[in-house]
Amino acid sequence: MGLLDIRNLTVDFPSRRGTFTAVRDVALDVQRGEIHGLVGESGAGKSTIGNAIMGLLEPPGRIASGEIEIEGRRIESLPPEEMRKVRGKTVSMIFQDPLSSLNPLFTVERQLVETIREHNRMSEREAKAFAVDLLDQVGIPKPAERVAQYPHQFSGGMRQRVVIALALCSNPDLVIADEPTTALDVSIQAQILNLIRSLCTERNVGVILVTHDMGVIAETTDRVAVMYRGRIVERGATRKVLGDPDHEYTKSLVAAVPRPDVRLHRFPMVSYIEGPAREFEAIDLGKHWLGQGRRDASNDRHENLIELRNLEMDFETRRSIFPSRRRHFRAVDGVSLQIREGEIFGLVGESGSGKSTVARLISGLYTPTGGEILFDGTDIARLGASAERRPFQRQMQMIFQDPYSSLNPRMRVADIVAEPIRHHNLASGGAERRAVVEDLLEHVGLGREAARKYPHEFSGGQRQRISIARALATRPRFLICDEPTSALDVSIQAQILNLLKDLQEELRLTLLFISHDLPVMRQMCHRIGVMQNGRLCEVAETEDLFERPQHPHTQELVRLMPRLDYLSRRGLDMEPAHA
Amino acid sequence: MAGYILRRLVQSIVVMLAVGLIAFMMFRYIGDPVNQMVGVDTTPEQRAALRERLGLNDPMIVQYARYMWNAAQFKFGTSYQFKEPVAQLIASRLPATLELSIVSALFALLVGVPMGVYTGINRNSWLSKVFMTVSLVGISLPTFLIGILLIFVFSVHLHLLPSFGRGQVVDLGFWRTGLLTGSGLKALIMPAITLGLFQMTLIMRLVRSEMLEVLRTDYIKFARARGLSRRAINFSHALKNTLIPVITITGLQLGSIIAFAIITETVFQWPGMGLLFLQAVQNVDIPIMAAYLLLIAFLFVLINLVVDILYTVVDPRVRVDGGASA
Repeated sequence: MGLLDIRNLTVDFPSRRGTFTAVRDVALDVQRGEIHGLVGESGAGKSTIGNAIMGLLEPPGRIASGEIEIEGRRIESLPPEEMRKVRGKTVSMIFQDPLSSLNPLFTVERQLVETIREHNRMSEREAKAFAVDLLDQVGIPKPAERVAQYPHQFSGGMRQRVVIALALCSNPDLVIADEPTTALDVSIQAQILNLIRSLCTERNVGVILVTHDMGVIAETTDRVAVMYRGRIVERGATRKVLGDPDHEYTKSLVAAVPRPDVRLHRFPMVSYIEGPAREFEAIDLGKHWLGQGRRDASNDRHENLIELRNLEMDFETRRSIFPSRRRHFRAVDGVSLQIREGEIFGLVGESGSGKSTVARLISGLYTPTGGEILFDGTDIARLGASAERRPFQRQMQMIFQDPYSSLNPRMRVADIVAEPIRHHNLASGGAERRAVVEDLLEHVGLGREAARKYPHEFSGGQRQRISIARALATRPRFLICDEPTSALDVSIQAQILNLLKDLQEELRLTLLFISHDLPVMRQMCHRIGVMQNGRLCEVAETEDLFERPQHPHTQELVRLMPRLDYLSRRGLDMEPAHA
Repeated sequence: MAGYILRRLVQSIVVMLAVGLIAFMMFRYIGDPVNQMVGVDTTPEQRAALRERLGLNDPMIVQYARYMWNAAQFKFGTSYQFKEPVAQLIASRLPATLELSIVSALFALLVGVPMGVYTGINRNSWLSKVFMTVSLVGISLPTFLIGILLIFVFSVHLHLLPSFGRGQVVDLGFWRTGLLTGSGLKALIMPAITLGLFQMTLIMRLVRSEMLEVLRTDYIKFARARGLSRRAINFSHALKNTLIPVITITGLQLGSIIAFAIITETVFQWPGMGLLFLQAVQNVDIPIMAAYLLLIAFLFVLINLVVDILYTVVDPRVRVDGGASA
């Protein structure tokens, strides 16, 4: 008998339109001292299993059938008050986003003491001492001082440690970690995973690690269950499941994981869901609408489309009428780099390293404090009137990270894509504009029917395609992609990245590709720049950067990439080391 | 922290100076103050002398400065209709209005917040639906109608409560209060409910929607996952997070309760500032109107200052200077 035993679990979400079964006939067991992974794409039902164990299913969700046993005790049918005692006491949970899982108005001490006293017979003073002790155990330096602080005074990684301390308040037997490191940087992710691993061993608790990240699964878990549309399609020792998968879905999912160790020609698709890929007519730039802007700009070309010279950006952190009392935060500190015409240039770094600020400076969303931004030889940072800026704005476009907030929900897709065309007067009339919009939508793989719909009718990946169509609508030469796929599933990510790659080759675009995901960078980019604390540490050809990193920070980043050595390499379309 | 309050204070003073300018313009340039003060048979020489004596020939900036200096010492001139100092008139009416406003604001808060919390937590219970329906009535019925209905039921039919006036008042020297006598308290009930009903429904709906918002957040889910009791989650974790918008709205509403108690005071013949102001408007009594304007502006500024300070008490994130975090 294991610590946790789940048999035939089915979770239903009844609604007016009929019942949606989020989890279907799932069996799972977890032993003490092991980390059991639960992997799948969004909507696969992996978080629902965690919530069902906790008794925290969002209404109208309910357990339709099946049994959940912890150490032989059935818990799925306990009355609410009994269940509340199980929560926290026997089973704890760690959530994804450390920024939002702590109450911002209470000190860490208050939240800890409250939870400790809920589950243990302790005086206020003992609970306080225990709280400090817990913070020490999860590796927070100077716990006695920090315990009195508020959550916003902790960094993201430290906050996740506080969350873990809160989950450990009651000495639980089972911890459910729901995407515990998804919101964190690679280096912090490694620390948190190590912490979870060591707590699991030392305290002999069972851990269920819910994630969509194959790298995390490969590095951390002992056993893993792969979920697809509410079912567990494959279960077993992690090495076996990832290294020699049996089920077709697992095979294609493993194949779709961006590899840090090999360079592939295209991102492998998750063929299990895909079906045959659609073939598009190749665009002939000489005739096509998208090629028209080229001719007039083609004389007097520079080798470097973008050149940054000593770029600086300060943000005011304290305003004052007295200059001496003002405080600045230098987000970009003396960055100089060149992006060649027709290449994909990658910019990588942890959160707060200034990579997105550089993108916004180039696109003109921010005005730099110092330095020059040359676009095809013209310093666009110092242009005054909007009439002077316009031609440059037309030539560069941006694709943002969050596909949900970057499209106006009140506009039809046709209007969203047509807006830049109208703004820059690129079409001779309504009829041509409509034809161009439909052609663009067709070309990003959405089909012309999409034009009449609203953004909310599309999934995240489809919305990102709309963003791409909108960006192409100005006939740009330069595209800035700021983490374009980090909000998407692996299979969708592969589609979007392939689309970007195809378009880049077809339209001879220049791309600035920003990401924190090194394996993706390796597949995507020709050259990569590494940023840290607003400075550019290193710029190198992609393969050189991965094989022979020069700067210590780059070496650290490359070292921290999850090792996926034993993942199955079947069916990969490998490319010789240099393209 | 001290810098934060100091900045707010400076802003308050700027606002007061601007409102003072409007009040001064009204006082000085709407009609001729000399014409209002003298009879028909005054000679032009006497008028000129009076004009000189009142300083009306000085440059405008000097007159404005003098006006503000006097206003700071509560000297607002003499009422045209009562021939009494405006400051005295207002001082005699202020307690009635303030008592009414504060009692109705307390009523709105003490009833509205619990109702909002209840309807936020038990979204689908029948009692919540009753509350929501009643609150719709509270929002859509005009104040004077509610007042007249209350008078009709409780005074005319049931003879339980007085239909007008403040009842007996106790003079504390600087303040005449109706809170210390039975008849005074009785007289307060209906006007306070009439005036506070709209604010109550507003606060209730605000707290409800904020509660719904907060209950969806991760930290509430995490609190549940830690096995904390429902009471601790709803009333300590959730309620405190709904307070910021509630404080903002309540502050602004308290200001408008004081400033616009006019209708309620008319319906119940409440001897407060609203009635005084109404009479001043009817008789073009500019000094009273100007003083009223300044007083209300002052109250708004004061309330907003208190609200800003309350923010820092509730939300630790505001306390850090400039909002920088570690």
